[in-house]
Parts: sequence; C-alpha cells; structure tokens
Amino acid sequence: MRTLTDGVATGLAVLSTVLVVAPLVAVFIYLIYRGASSLSWDFFTQIPKPVGEAGGGMANAIVGSAILLAVGSLIGIPVGIAGGIFLAEYGRGTKFANAIRFTADVLNGVPSIVMGIAVYSLLVVPKFVFSHRILSRYVFHLPNYISHHFASITHFLHIPAEITLGPIAFSFSIGGHFSALSGGVALGIMMIPTVCRTTEEMLLMVPNAVREAALALGVPNWRSVLAITVRTASPGIITGCMLAFARVAGETAPLIFTAFGNVGWSMRLNEPIAALPLQIYVYALSPYDEWHRLAWAGALVLIVLIVLAVSLVRYVTSRGVLKGAS
Amino acid sequence: MGVGIEVINLNAWYGTNHTLQDINLDIPANHATALIGPSGCGKSTFVRCLNRMHETNPIARVTGTVRIGDLDIYEDAKPVEIRRRVGMVFQRPNPFPTMSIYDNVAAGLKLNGYSNRRVLDEIVEKSLKNSALWDEVKDDLKKKSGASLSGGQQQRLCIARALAVDPEVLLMDEPASALDPVSTSKIEDLIFQLKSQYTIVIVTHNMQQAARVAEKTGFFLNGRMVEFDVTHKIFTNPSDKRTEDYITGRFG
Repeated sequence: MRTLTDGVATGLAVLSTVLVVAPLVAVFIYLIYRGASSLSWDFFTQIPKPVGEAGGGMANAIVGSAILLAVGSLIGIPVGIAGGIFLAEYGRGTKFANAIRFTADVLNGVPSIVMGIAVYSLLVVPKFVFSHRILSRYVFHLPNYISHHFASITHFLHIPAEITLGPIAFSFSIGGHFSALSGGVALGIMMIPTVCRTTEEMLLMVPNAVREAALALGVPNWRSVLAITVRTASPGIITGCMLAFARVAGETAPLIFTAFGNVGWSMRLNEPIAALPLQIYVYALSPYDEWHRLAWAGALVLIVLIVLAVSLVRYVTSRGVLKGAS
Repeated sequence: MGVGIEVINLNAWYGTNHTLQDINLDIPANHATALIGPSGCGKSTFVRCLNRMHETNPIARVTGTVRIGDLDIYEDAKPVEIRRRVGMVFQRPNPFPTMSIYDNVAAGLKLNGYSNRRVLDEIVEKSLKNSALWDEVKDDLKKKSGASLSGGQQQRLCIARALAVDPEVLLMDEPASALDPVSTSKIEDLIFQLKSQYTIVIVTHNMQQAARVAEKTGFFLNGRMVEFDVTHKIFTNPSDKRTEDYITGRFG
C-alpha cells in the first residue's frame, strides 16, 4: 500500500512537470517550424521593405528593442532594488512600507495597455522643453477645451504658458510626440513591482544572524545592508531582475502609444523607435503572406534573444560568487 | 590589551518586558567572566547591552551606565565605535555565506575602509592563528567559502573575524552550545589563550564550562543578578540559596 501511494505521488509529480514544460516546448518547436525557414542574414541586417517587395528584415526592431529594454532596465532595476531594500531593511512593519508594498502589488496587476496610456499622457502628450535659460519649462498641447481652461488659469496666475526666448544656445525637448524614451519609461515602470517585491523577498530570506554579525563588527548599518545583506541575497535579486526583464521584453501593448514603432532606422531617444513585439504585431495582422512569415521569424528571434540575454547575465554574475552562497 | 567593564544600574526592556533589572557588576580586565542562569534569565540581553547590540531591536530600550575602560558607552560614543572595541561571537556560527574564508576574517576591516593588502594579509593570518584555525584553512583561504567549513571551524572563523578588528573585549554568547564536544573543547582552549590579551565575557548554559574557563561567575535569574563572585566560590560555597539550588540542579 505504501509503495502504491509512493508510486502514485511520484507519477503525479512527473505528470505535473510534463504539463508545465509541454506548452513551453510546444511553443518553441512551433516557432522554429514556422519561423526558422524565414531567417536569413538579411533578417538581422535589413530594415523592413515596402509592401510588395520581397525580403527585408527586422534589424531596426532588434536594435530598437535593445534600446527600449536598456532604458527600461536603467529605470526599473535601480528603483525596484532600492524599493525592495527599503521594504525589507528600513521600513519593516511601518505603515509607509505597507502602503508601498500594496502599491507595488497593484502596479503589478495593472494591465500593460493601461501603463501605455498612462505614459502616453505623461510623456507623449505634454512637451518638456529644456534650454540653457530655463532648465525645465513644459508646454501642454492639450485638446482645445482643456487648454482654454489652462490658458485662463495661467493668465489668472500671471504664469506665462509659453515663453519665447531670445537667442538660445542650447535647447531640446522631450515629449509632444511618440518616442523611444517614453516606451522605455513604460517598460521600466512595469519592471519596478517585480524587481521590488523579489528583492524584498530575497532580503527577508537572509538570516538575521548575518546582519547581526556585520553590525557587531562595528559596520555602519547602511554599509552592512549594501555589502552584506544585499550581497548575500544577490543571486535571488538577479533572478528577479531577469524575470522582470524577460516579462517586459515581449510586451507590445505599452509600446503602441509610446515607442509607436518605426519602419526606418532610428536610435534616437526622442523619436519613435521600432521594437520586435510591435513589428510582430503589425506584421501578423497584415494581409500579406510574406509579412506573416517575417512575423514568425521575429517571434522566434525575440524568444531566442531573451533566453540569450538572461543566460549571459546569469553566467557573468555567477562567476566570482563563491559556491555555497544561498 | 583588555580593559575592565563597570556596569551601574543597568536596566533593559523589550517592549514592556523588563528583561534586566538593576544590574551592577565589575568585570575584571584580562580575565574570563562567565554568566550562567536558566533560559530567559537575561544573560544574553546583558551581553548585548555591553556592545549596544541590544538597541538594534526597534522595541528595545536601555537605561543605566556601562563603562568600558574609561569610556561611558551610552554617553561618549556611537554604537559603531563601541562595537569595534567590543567584539562579539554568537550562539550559532554566522559566517558571511557569500564570502571566502579570507574575506570573512577581513570583513570588519574592509567594511570600515581598510584596503592595504599587505596589512590585511598579516591581520588575517594573525587572527586565524589566534583562533587556532590557521593550520586547517591556510591552503584555501580564498578558494573556500566560509559556509563550507564544519560547524566548529565556522565558530572559530567567527572568533577570528571578531579578533581581526582588534577589540579590547570579546563577548561570547553561548559560543559552544551548537557544537560537538571536540569543537567545544577547542573553543575552551582558545578562551584560555585569549584572555591574556582580551577581556572575555562568556554566556553559557553549561556549568562545567563556566567552572573550566572563568575566574569569575555571575548567576542571573529572572532578569536580576543574584550573585557574582569567584567561580570556585559560586560552585562550592554560594552565598545565595537560589544559586545553590540552580547549580545543584534543583531547577533550570
């Protein structure tokens, strides 16, 4: 009877494992089946061709995705890790920390399209002008009925809504149109809750004895947190960052209103930029067989690149960290 | 060299729990002093008050005076300065799990800004020799993680780590209670050697251990210090009935 129970339990565990792995393998095999044949050197070096012309590739989308993810990671990872450190090491048990934790969980549940619209209204609609005279002056380009009110308010407060400057030596603007920056910000904000909460969980798993050991050596608390606690938890924190990275790498919805996509080459942060998921989306919905094939190839490349990026980070960060680390 | 510790009217709380009540005692320099008593009597809290680790718990509070050498630790200095002068070894070995043996010993110095390689090498070697671990680990100082050592070795590593910052006092909170008898006797031998250079305060559950290593012994009960005297007298001719009941095994 006991061997029977044992056998059944083992069988169920194996079955669940197969059920978990099967969809992943199926997706991957199907992608290779549909996409591999369209992969060529051109795919990685050419930009999209106009409708009707054969060939063309997604080089601009691959580079665009890399830029968007770099911007997103630069925002999401530091903010997320800092937030996680606060939750686990400084704010434990305080109302403020509970509020942040709750906010992060809600943010995690916000549909990605909503994130796109939010960043659209914050960074795409308004225009921020930076010049050597005025560091930040922003001008709203809002629908008429709103800007009318805005104008009357600013008039009433004697705030000039728009300033015309004399000769300007240096000036640039962000916003007012779709941009890579806004897309990166959208992805970055989406990374924050995942990074933040995993960082917190991983730090809480570090035994208190390790913290005490550092403090008892006369190490200041901030230094103990950074050099001992965070370092001890770093394998888990890196996993959290990779999880967040891989999740947003395939996001399409938040980029529709922000990065927008671009059929040409652009690597500028204040211009619309191409991205693999966007390109796949557009091509998959198109009526052309050629584009469908490219969409499949794009999906395959996207997944392979994510796997490569995650493996690379894991390899680089695992060297130098001694075995026996938690 | 070690310095003496003078404790005057020390009181400590965890929340509303009054864990230490009116403790007064003089701990002699360059001797080992043992603190015994049943679980929860306040001995651990007491040693944590001597290096201001008690206050790392947000609900903890303390009043009274502790003088280490000439320094009033609650008036004249910041906790981090005190903790460099008063080292601590904990009940369970707690090496830094991601660090090599070398980095574990050097951690206190490195994290306080020392970076001279040659000086660090010397201090690490000296500390590991002082904690009688050098011969066992000298070949893989930087290859092995501190967590890969055995429990007894880990505890001696923690002692080396505490010695590396050159403290005057060494607090040991039941340093051998998680170890086997062989490791325990190594730690006790170590205490014998170390007390010529450091003032040692050792909390222990094991009365034989107190009798073996300490010149003076204090008996704690319910947050008060019942008796503090020469170890031999505590164990053969205690003046308090409660001490006698405890050491003869009537409770605790």
